[in-house]
Amino acid sequence: MAGKTIGVLALQGAFVEHEAALRKCGALVRQVRKPEEIQEVDGLIIPGGESTTIGKLMNKYGLDKVIVDRAAQGMPIWGTCAGMILLAKEIVDSDQLRLGLMDISVKRNGFGRQVESFEADLEVESIGPTRGVFIRAPYGEKAGDGVHIMARFKEKIVMAQQYNLLCTAFHPELTQDLCIHRYFLTMV
Amino acid sequence: MEQKGTFNVKAGLAQMLKGGVIMDVTTPEQAKIAEEAGACAVMALERVPADIRATGGIARMADPSVILRIMESVTIPVMAKCRIGHFVEAQVLESLGIDYIDESEVLTPADDKYHVNKHDFKVPFVCGARNLGEALRRIGEGAAMIRTKGEPGTGNVVEAVRHIRQVNDDIRWISNLPEEELMTAAKELQAPYELVKETARLKRLPVVNFAAGGIATPADAALMMQLGCDGIFVGSGIFKSGDPQQRARAIVAATTYFNDPAVLAEVSRDLGEPMVGIDISTIRPEERMQERGW
Repeated sequence: MAGKTIGVLALQGAFVEHEAALRKCGALVRQVRKPEEIQEVDGLIIPGGESTTIGKLMNKYGLDKVIVDRAAQGMPIWGTCAGMILLAKEIVDSDQLRLGLMDISVKRNGFGRQVESFEADLEVESIGPTRGVFIRAPYGEKAGDGVHIMARFKEKIVMAQQYNLLCTAFHPELTQDLCIHRYFLTMV
Repeated sequence: MEQKGTFNVKAGLAQMLKGGVIMDVTTPEQAKIAEEAGACAVMALERVPADIRATGGIARMADPSVILRIMESVTIPVMAKCRIGHFVEAQVLESLGIDYIDESEVLTPADDKYHVNKHDFKVPFVCGARNLGEALRRIGEGAAMIRTKGEPGTGNVVEAVRHIRQVNDDIRWISNLPEEELMTAAKELQAPYELVKETARLKRLPVVNFAAGGIATPADAALMMQLGCDGIFVGSGIFKSGDPQQRARAIVAATTYFNDPAVLAEVSRDLGEPMVGIDISTIRPEERMQERGW
């Protein structure tokens, strides 16, 4: 990862928290809001936020096409929560705008509305234990053969990887634990 | 093993709303327009603040059926307002499954001394503030998100600007004090000492801080963002304007690209009539909503 720059998509949501976590890991970070800025980074985080808001802005300002192209060239992308929804090929009961890159079916607000939001201990494959903060969180219902499921909570898929693409239904950027950010940096 | 309603989870939703626009809506149709325009949440109301101001009388929590219909119509978070100190209205809203409660000066206060003890609830609260002391008192009571009060229903941004500048001023002041002076600063601010210390260390409010109260144009939204707000509430400014759809979209774009005058110029074009607006000096002090809250 030396000399590589990680972009954090800064259209809406908790992008500052990801920036801070990446800096603590010693990474170079920049916010990206425009298509040409996507070309200048070596990895991308799509943060938590409102997936409909981020999806519309991505589409209106032409970032979606560039992200899809860069993903096809192998750029690592990690989506948290809203980012996981935007990465998914299938979103249950929704035709909202998306990138459709990961072979996974995601249910929005799968764990319920805000009063059902929760924290819980998780065991992540090849990383170890971590604290999961789930906020109106989605979950993965099913995933294709090429998708490696890294964590489940109550049987539901909450973390998965497909080659250069990583998704988490929870928010490592809202905790002090940097293990998932470090893992993503090893992919870059 | 799973913990619900922790402060982390309550403040966390506000973190997810950052950089976004929360729009006041009174019908499912308006809620859909807001969602379609890219709102990150909606505030379900019976009347927008401009109409509350015009109608007069006692303004209360909305009818639950209005709120439920709006909750059913969109997938984004739905907020609703309770009166200051009216913890039973808050209990009702929590039982409806609302995502955030705004204990709001837009409604007529139910208690002239005390606010709701927001720690008692699983649902998070947002509260208005005009200065750091007020913001930290609300956080001390359990608010997981703060917004400027501004002067609601006026379409006039001047009060919101005054309030964010005051909060910023107060934070700059305490951030430059040696630790032994912070207790006296807490006394002057009328704020909890531990929160004063934390704010001085962070050099910002310990929770997310949105702008509210008088935002009517994309440039207003970008102004509040450049002054350091984390996101925008638009009350009457959208559905009291000539072309709500277009204006809503423009304010969403302006909140994301708040530092990019070229984008701001582009989205500000041909928006139709903004809401008319009210000069603050024409509102008698006892009719100013921002004076409500203790």
